[in-house]
Amino acid sequence: MKSNKTPGILQSLDWFTIIIYIALLAMGWMSICGASYDFDQAGNFLDFSTRSGMQIVWIASSLVLGTVILSTDDRWFESLSYIIYIGFLVLLFVTPLLARDIKGSMSWIKIGTFSIQPAEFAKFGTALCVAKLMGTYDFNMSKWKDFILCSLVILIPMALIIKQKETGSALVYLSFFLMMYRQGMPGCILFTGVAAVAYFVVGIRFADAPLWEIPVISMGKSVVLFLVQLFMCGMLYIYTPRTPSMYKLAGYSIAATAAALLLSKFVYPFDIAWVQLGICAYTVLYLLYVSLRDRLINYFYIALFAIGSVSFFYSTNYVLNNVLEPHQQTRIRVLLGLEDDPRGAGYNVIQAKIAIGSGGLQGKGFLNGTQTKLKYVPEQDTDFIFCTVGEEEGFIGCTIVLTLFLCLILRLIHLAERQPYVFGRVYGYCVMSVFLFHVFINVGMVLGLTPVIGIPLPFFSYGGSSLWGFTILLFIMLRIDIGRNRLKRK
Amino acid sequence: MSNQEYQLEKRKYVLGGVAICIILVFIVRLFFLQLMSEDFKQNADSNAFLKRVQYPARGAITDRNGDLLVYNQPAFDIMVVMTEQKGVDTLDLCRCLGITPQQYEKRMEEIKNRRRNPGYSPYTQQLFMNQLSVSEISSFQEKMFLFPGFYIQKRSIRQYQYPYAAHVLGDVGEADPDDIEADKYYQRGDYIGKQGVERSYETALRGIKGSEILLRDARGRIKGKYQNGKFDQAPIPGRNLTLSIDIKLQALGERLMKGKRGSIVAIEPSTGEILCMVSSPTYDPRMTVGRQRGKNHLLLSRDPNKPLLNRSIMGQYPPGSTFKTSQALTFLQEGIITPSTAFPCTHGFHFRGLTVGCHPHGAPIPVIPAIGTSCNSFFCWGLYYMFGNRKKYPTVQDAMTRWKDYMVSMGFGYKLGVDLPGEKRGLIPNAPFYDKAYRGSWNGLTVISISIGQGEVNLTPLQIANLGATIANRGYYITPHIVKEIQGEKLDTAYTRKNWTMTEPKHYETVVQGMRKAVVDGTCRGANTTMYEVCGKTGTAQNPHGKDHSAFMGFAPMENPQIAICVYVENGEWGATYGVPLGALMMEQYINGKLSPASMEKAALFENRHIYTPTIYTANEIK
Repeated sequence: MKSNKTPGILQSLDWFTIIIYIALLAMGWMSICGASYDFDQAGNFLDFSTRSGMQIVWIASSLVLGTVILSTDDRWFESLSYIIYIGFLVLLFVTPLLARDIKGSMSWIKIGTFSIQPAEFAKFGTALCVAKLMGTYDFNMSKWKDFILCSLVILIPMALIIKQKETGSALVYLSFFLMMYRQGMPGCILFTGVAAVAYFVVGIRFADAPLWEIPVISMGKSVVLFLVQLFMCGMLYIYTPRTPSMYKLAGYSIAATAAALLLSKFVYPFDIAWVQLGICAYTVLYLLYVSLRDRLINYFYIALFAIGSVSFFYSTNYVLNNVLEPHQQTRIRVLLGLEDDPRGAGYNVIQAKIAIGSGGLQGKGFLNGTQTKLKYVPEQDTDFIFCTVGEEEGFIGCTIVLTLFLCLILRLIHLAERQPYVFGRVYGYCVMSVFLFHVFINVGMVLGLTPVIGIPLPFFSYGGSSLWGFTILLFIMLRIDIGRNRLKRK
Repeated sequence: MSNQEYQLEKRKYVLGGVAICIILVFIVRLFFLQLMSEDFKQNADSNAFLKRVQYPARGAITDRNGDLLVYNQPAFDIMVVMTEQKGVDTLDLCRCLGITPQQYEKRMEEIKNRRRNPGYSPYTQQLFMNQLSVSEISSFQEKMFLFPGFYIQKRSIRQYQYPYAAHVLGDVGEADPDDIEADKYYQRGDYIGKQGVERSYETALRGIKGSEILLRDARGRIKGKYQNGKFDQAPIPGRNLTLSIDIKLQALGERLMKGKRGSIVAIEPSTGEILCMVSSPTYDPRMTVGRQRGKNHLLLSRDPNKPLLNRSIMGQYPPGSTFKTSQALTFLQEGIITPSTAFPCTHGFHFRGLTVGCHPHGAPIPVIPAIGTSCNSFFCWGLYYMFGNRKKYPTVQDAMTRWKDYMVSMGFGYKLGVDLPGEKRGLIPNAPFYDKAYRGSWNGLTVISISIGQGEVNLTPLQIANLGATIANRGYYITPHIVKEIQGEKLDTAYTRKNWTMTEPKHYETVVQGMRKAVVDGTCRGANTTMYEVCGKTGTAQNPHGKDHSAFMGFAPMENPQIAICVYVENGEWGATYGVPLGALMMEQYINGKLSPASMEKAALFENRHIYTPTIYTANEIK
């Protein structure tokens, strides 16, 4: 009856996304075959005792799940979102109580012969809840109350998941801030976050490396301080009236640093970090003075940013050594190249790079990868599945997979933007952010670019929970998208 | 509000841009990882491919009559896999292998020490004991089921049929870092010829290693063949060698030289094939095989009589009177003397206060009896007239150079190029040598002793034997060599080419007459026999460090010679004391194929006549 009034589900369905989804599923299954294949027993891929066989079950059930979601009414999701969210909070809360300890993780609940990981499903619950919250009539991101409420919706499940010792899955929730940026969160918050990560990584990675072969200068320290100087100059340019005195200030700041560096290199070696700190202190004081003089709060914020940056940077070492857990410390140190232990934590990353690097342009061919099959790469069918793609399908295969993911993400942005209501748009951006974060962290870690955080690559990593989780996440968006036409007509 | 909405919508480009940037960075990273660097590929291959070497059988070595001398014998290495060997009764194991528990513990520690054993993996076979013989392994093999984690790996080591010809045959040992550096063919643990024929014919004997490529997983376990052995290569077995040595002659030579330091070298003149090469003292070549190798080598290298030294090609001795033949050939060809030129001898050469003594004999005499009686004066006069001949040679240096050229053409002063490692060149002085020694002020008299094979002149026994072969050939020699035939390969042309000396064959005939006279009624009478015509020349080389050296150079029969020989016995005094009788016995053995009963008695006599008390080295190892 409904189909008479509005275009049918099949006409409104975004087939572009469906094709990408199917393509990724197919390539993912091939990778699972490659990763779980054993040279000893050239077995049947459809044998349910093997992982490739089991993955067929997960894929088939995901397709069924997707079809079921498409045949529901999209308005259910909006109206049930709070209930779903609260349900998941309860589930996440009780999970560590019910779960058995699997490799230090308390996130798996055993149901019959299967185990499920509620954290993988909680993403769509949270996304629905955030979308519903932000879609309410009087929600305004610039109101502190709304912003905090919205942040809480994101941070509560995150905290519960951290309690399950699944830091990786918890960090995924940070990606929701990308969506919040789209919905009006000031860009400087995002920028501050990125800058903080940059300080942290650069500062620790190059802490002991000398700059320009001057032994007394720590490259990490000086580069971070120089970044702070640059950011200040950039902010002065963007956020303040461009007065000549400010140009002078920026010029002096850069010139003095360069002069100090040259002096240290050619006259007498000394640590230019002190000069840079001096420059920062002077700039900050001058900006505070100007902000009072001109009654312009932006100068004050910029000074605050500089103070925050420097103090953040100086506390990173403390954070690394005293706040993070030992295995996380090790992972970060190894990722940043501070620890070199081929059989220890860095082993994964080294072997992953070897596996990918050995693939060459065309790869070794389906089932011909040696590194993955001979178990050199650990977690090769879950977190490190991208190694199999790299080794067997080569540069061409990797580029195709990455391009597919990029298409999916850009398509999700497009889908989100064409939603008539905030609810759909916010949900769409949540989905897009989650996918982007997973791809960024997972592929980045395999390529040795990001820290080794154990999160799955969507549609590739073995496992029912993650595949179902991503399928639900994506298909709810597709269902909401189908509804856009009906809503338009009304 | 709508403007703000519009402003916010622009943020989709920021987010899309971020996603594009991330993917671009990844693709660039992949580009560098996968396309720009070969390191990862090699790393991956060394990870996953275990190239297992398949060793070819080393070539066998036979003597000139096809008698097997060197062959391969299985030896057994005991391997251990650390993760599997738990719960083994170590006392029982030690008893089976004949080691002490302390040795067991020490060896286990060595295996686990990654610094000393860089290839260590607890999952793969590690070498526990190497080169055990069948008898050593038998009791272990019976009880092997009691020792999980211990395995037997078969290897192939050299074995020797006879306790003779150690210096010629040489030995085989593990390639050392220098060998590996010099030839990429070798890897750690490979065997390589270290001495003798094993070394000089290494490339022919070793064959070519094969390989099979196996897949190895992260724990070092073998997971089958790569692509079902498509890239495997079968080993190519080494080539068999036929030596020119007659092992019976060699055996007799070694017997005769017992208790004496020195050398016997015999050459077939027509081919340059070395029939025997005895260096004494010697040792049993089996000492160099098996687990005792290192210990034995140390023992031998510490012996003051230097049994490891191959005196036949490394010993450089004054040739003494055997050298006079070469002088006669030079003087005759240069026209200094004719066969009828006679020089006086009054118990020696006396001239301007210089005296070179000689034994009593009729005088003056021409060249043939001079060789026969080994007259010192004759050759001193000859050299004096040659070096003093200013019509022919403007300066003494020119004469010296001419003389040296003759010597070099006879194979002296440089390595002959025998196919054995370590050959020495001896010493033939030249004009600059004496210019330096005497600051330019010298003449024929100053260097007169070179004419009788003393002074600065040094030859190896091989060079002396080759002189005999050259005279037997009446003017040429073929570079002496020890390998007669390489299976499926041609011999180096250097070993088939005739090297003519600067002297014409007719003058050689004169010298042959002289050497025949020496045997018939001269210094070599002890070598005379009715069975064939022997030609010879004794040598008694003065030795400032002790008793004179006894030398003999000869060949037989006079026409169509079959054997040319040099016997050199350090501190053997007169040439006739050892040189002649030993040479005679050797010639008889070779020409007749056996010794007469009388000769056998004589041989036994000489076997037990010792100049020093010898240490007899025999293999204290497996047979």
